[in-house]
Amino acid sequence: MKPNRLVLLSLLMCTAAFAYAQQPIVGLITKTDTNPFFVKMKQGAEAAAKADGAKLMSAAGKFDGDNAGQMTAIENMVTAGAKAILITPSDTKAIVPSIKKARGAGVLVIALDTPTDPQDATDALFATDNFKAGVLIGQYAKAAMAGKKAKIATLDLAPGITVGQLRHDGFLKGFGIKEGDPMIVCSQDTQGDRAKGQTAMENCLQKAPDINVVYTINEPAAAGAYQALKAAGKEKSVLIVSVDGGCEGVRNIQAGVIGATSQQYPLKMAQLGVDAGVAYAKTGKKVSGYTDTGVTLITDKPMKGVDSKDTKFGLSACWG
Amino acid sequence: MSTQTAAAVSPGVRSLFAHLPPVATFGPFIALALACTFFAFQSDRFLAGQNFSLILQQVMVVGVVAIGQTLVILTAGIDLSCGMIMALGSIVMTKFAVDLGMNPYLAILCGLLVCVAFGFLNGSLITYVRLPPFIVTLGTLNIAFAITQIYSKSQTVAGLPDAMLFFGNTFKIADTSVTYGTVLMLLMYLGAWVVLRETAPGRHVYALGNNPEAARLMGIPARRMLVVIYTIAGLIYGIAALLLVARTNVGDPQAGQTDNLESITAVVLGGTSLFGGRGMILGTLIGALIIGVIRNGLTLMGVPSVYQILITGILVILAVATDQMSRRKA
Repeated sequence: MKPNRLVLLSLLMCTAAFAYAQQPIVGLITKTDTNPFFVKMKQGAEAAAKADGAKLMSAAGKFDGDNAGQMTAIENMVTAGAKAILITPSDTKAIVPSIKKARGAGVLVIALDTPTDPQDATDALFATDNFKAGVLIGQYAKAAMAGKKAKIATLDLAPGITVGQLRHDGFLKGFGIKEGDPMIVCSQDTQGDRAKGQTAMENCLQKAPDINVVYTINEPAAAGAYQALKAAGKEKSVLIVSVDGGCEGVRNIQAGVIGATSQQYPLKMAQLGVDAGVAYAKTGKKVSGYTDTGVTLITDKPMKGVDSKDTKFGLSACWG
Repeated sequence: MSTQTAAAVSPGVRSLFAHLPPVATFGPFIALALACTFFAFQSDRFLAGQNFSLILQQVMVVGVVAIGQTLVILTAGIDLSCGMIMALGSIVMTKFAVDLGMNPYLAILCGLLVCVAFGFLNGSLITYVRLPPFIVTLGTLNIAFAITQIYSKSQTVAGLPDAMLFFGNTFKIADTSVTYGTVLMLLMYLGAWVVLRETAPGRHVYALGNNPEAARLMGIPARRMLVVIYTIAGLIYGIAALLLVARTNVGDPQAGQTDNLESITAVVLGGTSLFGGRGMILGTLIGALIIGVIRNGLTLMGVPSVYQILITGILVILAVATDQMSRRKA
């Protein structure tokens, strides 16, 4: 190649590399990339990154609980020059050493959706208050029962997962009862799966045919529970409450399948996270502490004393 | 198979097993009977026709998947992709019927064909490219899963035509409602049992698993049979997809993610050896029922779900240990 063309090419490449290098890199690591909640989070992060002029690197564990996958992702992103990492930790304790190392290398680490244990292992936390989400639907259920004797079934997530525990405990608090209360006639795990929710509801109904309140960990489990209730002819007499506020879940409220749901905002988490990461990359300003990204009770049958919004709002703000 | 394991077991235990009739045959049935007896005493709601009908419905989908898994395991293979193929089949049939307005029977056929195609892919890669079944089906499980998510955009498909929900409908026997799907499952088990026991191709499946080289020397077209077995397994997963759709009323792209391990558990609990060549197809049905009975019984007793997992794990170890020891018997 002629010398001046070579010089021109090198200059161009250097400029491109320089411009590219100036683009701050923000990493997003989700628990999995198959759960629609995280898919939406990633989309939100990508949109926010584009708007902020940043480059988004994303990764995920292979399954809920894949700590090794997330550890590897953190290391790769730090090496690749990410200035900030947003993470929904699969294992809230085991990921802490990796996060510490990343922070030691000058990377801002923000937890999304689920806090690490301890919470201050990350610079900041942008999450739904899952306990509050449970409290809202517990309060709603109590109001909806209007003094009638409640027979409660809880369809939970799986042993040991914080999110499931917080929502469950929140529901009990909102309803005004403690664990082990005789009003709770059945508790089974569903792994948040529709078919498993159906099976769990069927078995619970077999145990206690007069169940009239069902707390569900998320909307797929609620849909499965509804299917079981419908097969038993009980779908009109049982109140189902849930958490998540995905678009499908809100449509299920419209259809009368779910009575009320606590809506959470993964897009907001991602947006706030990316904005904070880019701000840190550009100005070195760190964000800290816990920012509640909000939870709203969505229902078409509002109850006195419990703040809620209707499904029209729910559909405008939903994810998935 | 190491002789070290055999030597590690004390002579007394070994001779005990040597004297029993094939434990692998009666073991699962005895376990099921014991579980049922135990739960009958623990809860008066257990021993009811309606409850048993419920349990059958709950094990229906995994039960059918496990038929395909049994065939594959009998050849000393394994199929990790079964649940994902089933999910893909269910999405294809429901989306074709709802989004494309296709005739429901045609849509079902398309779903079945997709599952058959994946089964054929598994069989071909294992046989002609000579890759280990574990690795191949690990790969196809991810491929099938991804295609399902991409095609469905991770949304469930609702508003299904009635024809597709037929197997969820019930009829009455005395006071109990029985689902057509469970009848189909039982008929499929019966059919598989007859084919495996009474027909030459059925016996050849065992021969393939026992000693593929000897089978080949005997004139059994081993490679062709293996492809056919995985393809038939694919078809079986497709039928399971139809039953899943009928039971849950939707096409769910997140379905079936644990079905591979659950079907393998049913196969193992039923006394079929993971090393291939021996086992009963009806054992798998019993294995699936054991899982369903334990889940149902413990819920009726109010025991937390985590104990279901614990007990299943213990039973799996017992089942495999029994199989190993009765292999030493000779």
